[in-house]
Amino acid sequence: MTTLVIAEHDNRQIRSGTLNAVTAAQKIGGEIHVLVAGHECGEAAKAAAQIAGVAKVRVADAPHYKDMLPENLAPLVVSIAEEYSHVLAPATSFGKNVLPRIAALLDVAQVSDIVAVESADTFVRPIYAGNGLATVQSSDSIKIVTVRTTAFDAAAASGGTAAIETVAPAEDTGLSRLVGQELTKSERPELTSARIVVSGGRGVGSAENFKLIAQLADKLGAAVGASRAAVDAGYVPNDYQVGQTGKIVAPDLYIAIGISGAIQHLAGMKDSRVIVAINKDADAPIFQVADYGLVADLFQAVPELIAALDK
Amino acid sequence: MKILVAVKRVVDFNVKVRVKADGTGMDTANLKMSMNPFDEIAVEEAVKLKEAGTATEVVAVSMGPSACQETLRSAMAMGADRAILVQTDAELQPLAVAKLLAAIVKKEQPQLVILGKQAIDDDSNQTGQMLAGLLGWPQGTFASKVKIVDGGLEVTREIDGGLETVALKLPAVVTTDLRLNTPRYVTLPNIMKAKKKPMETLTPESLGVDTTPRLKTLRVQEPPKRKAGVKVADVHELVAKLRGEAKVI
Ligand SMILES: Cc1cc2nc3c(=O)[nH]c(=O)nc-3n(C[C@H](O)[C@H](O)[C@H](O)COP(=O)(O)OP(=O)(O)OC[C@H]3O[C@@H](n4cnc5c(N)ncnc54)[C@H](O)[C@@H]3O)c2cc1C
Ligand SMILES: Nc1ncnc2c1ncn2[C@@H]1O[C@H](COP(=O)(O)O)[C@@H](O)[C@H]1O
Repeated sequence: MTTLVIAEHDNRQIRSGTLNAVTAAQKIGGEIHVLVAGHECGEAAKAAAQIAGVAKVRVADAPHYKDMLPENLAPLVVSIAEEYSHVLAPATSFGKNVLPRIAALLDVAQVSDIVAVESADTFVRPIYAGNGLATVQSSDSIKIVTVRTTAFDAAAASGGTAAIETVAPAEDTGLSRLVGQELTKSERPELTSARIVVSGGRGVGSAENFKLIAQLADKLGAAVGASRAAVDAGYVPNDYQVGQTGKIVAPDLYIAIGISGAIQHLAGMKDSRVIVAINKDADAPIFQVADYGLVADLFQAVPELIAALDK
Repeated sequence: MKILVAVKRVVDFNVKVRVKADGTGMDTANLKMSMNPFDEIAVEEAVKLKEAGTATEVVAVSMGPSACQETLRSAMAMGADRAILVQTDAELQPLAVAKLLAAIVKKEQPQLVILGKQAIDDDSNQTGQMLAGLLGWPQGTFASKVKIVDGGLEVTREIDGGLETVALKLPAVVTTDLRLNTPRYVTLPNIMKAKKKPMETLTPESLGVDTTPRLKTLRVQEPPKRKAGVKVADVHELVAKLRGEAKVI
């Protein structure tokens, strides 16, 4: 039994979700290989070889893997998939995009977004916005699985000494091409792995007012998140969205400000260790999951909170 | 250009669904059902492309029990020209849905298939990518903008780091994200009109697709409940609790 973890990387560094997927692979048992497909990605391959618990790194280096588009990545994985019992990737926008395509080409099912491994063929995954936890068993010869990163600790990024081996690239399908990226720039910790997250909702009222949320976040060394309503209204970029259909977070501390607590939002943050809600409506559903609730106008409470943290 | 749109009937997003007492699944009996919200966005995008003169025909497809006719009527009330129901009472998993859609694509020969990125019941986020794989077509998933440019497609995608734009050859598969558009409300005259639009009924057997589930649900459990917290009187009490009791700051 050997598991292939598909690395998410930028040709130099390995993205953190890969480390959580490696831990899920450890829970499955057997040997762990990591695939680094990219272009001039030697550095990323070296980084992958240092992940604790990884036996082998397989590198496919070709221009058409530079942007890791699924049309080229999927046939590559399929070309080596027979050697594996499991293929894993983090349930990030990268993993969600490519893994189902691989599953279809192999004519096998995919188990999405697992939060626990019960055995080599049985996994637990949330359904209905996390209102149910389904235990599902796969009867396929190869198990294709995406991993909820917040449900598994990150494997150590160093200490491993895996062998690095080259994989022959598959042909360029020529179906797709990256035109450009508009990435959100931020000095703050990454939202899905931050220890503290401060999120704002529609109640914040404008992009200008969102600076208040950012100020509090910076005071705490936190990442900034948002509800769908705040993203839709253009207060913050799309990648800030926390929830069923956005990012899943589970920090030590989650502070929800001007967020009502819709099911879809709760699905993305209810596994946080401590939840604080600041909302002027005492009946807002967010208070039902909050460890500490403050019924207050956020425009008064947040500046006070920033000041109090200085003391 | 013909566009195929996949629409799934799901429990309405406003309804909180609970686990069945016997742990065999979710209790969906007698709940309000609606079109999966991402699929409304898919229909809207297709209809907009038709209104812009880019698309010639919009065909809505749904798989499931006969009640899916209702979902297909809604799609036609939004502007789809006709509908195909693949009727079955059997459980359909994403791979089976993708295979059924692939069989319909072979018959209908659309240039573009638009799906939602995720069904809000199973939360799989698989079907569009699987369909693209089966057809050997490119995929523009989690789309927040779709543009037809000289014989191809430019899709702006919502990704973890922000946005990315990919150029795809046609035919292609697109899956919708929340910011792609705002679906229109259906009006009464359009609901009446939709009743007269053609709806074809097929079966998995007639399409020659084996829909046997590959995943077996052993049980469904309730997630652990958070215990109720406390209300604090003011910011100072909050900071004191976070420092002293919770020790998180
Ligand atoms: C298919 C689908 C997917 C979705 N996915 C997601 C998702 O991933 N994530 C997500 O978040 N949502 C998602 N939603 C949307 C979700 O249903 C809610 O509409 C959304 O979460 C509401 O955002 P909100 O709480 O910011 O806004 P509202 O519900 O409008 O709440 C605003 C809150 O701010 C409070 N407030 C206002 N002014 C002040 C003030 N001055 N001081 C203090 N409090 C104030 C109000 O009392 C209120 O409780 C999804 C919906 C659908 C249909
Ligand atoms: N039974 C179905 N009938 C029609 N479309 C479906 C069905 N199941 C899934 N889809 C489509 O596939 C998308 C993604 O679903 P899923 O992969 O299950 O999350 C949905 O938004 C629909 O567009």
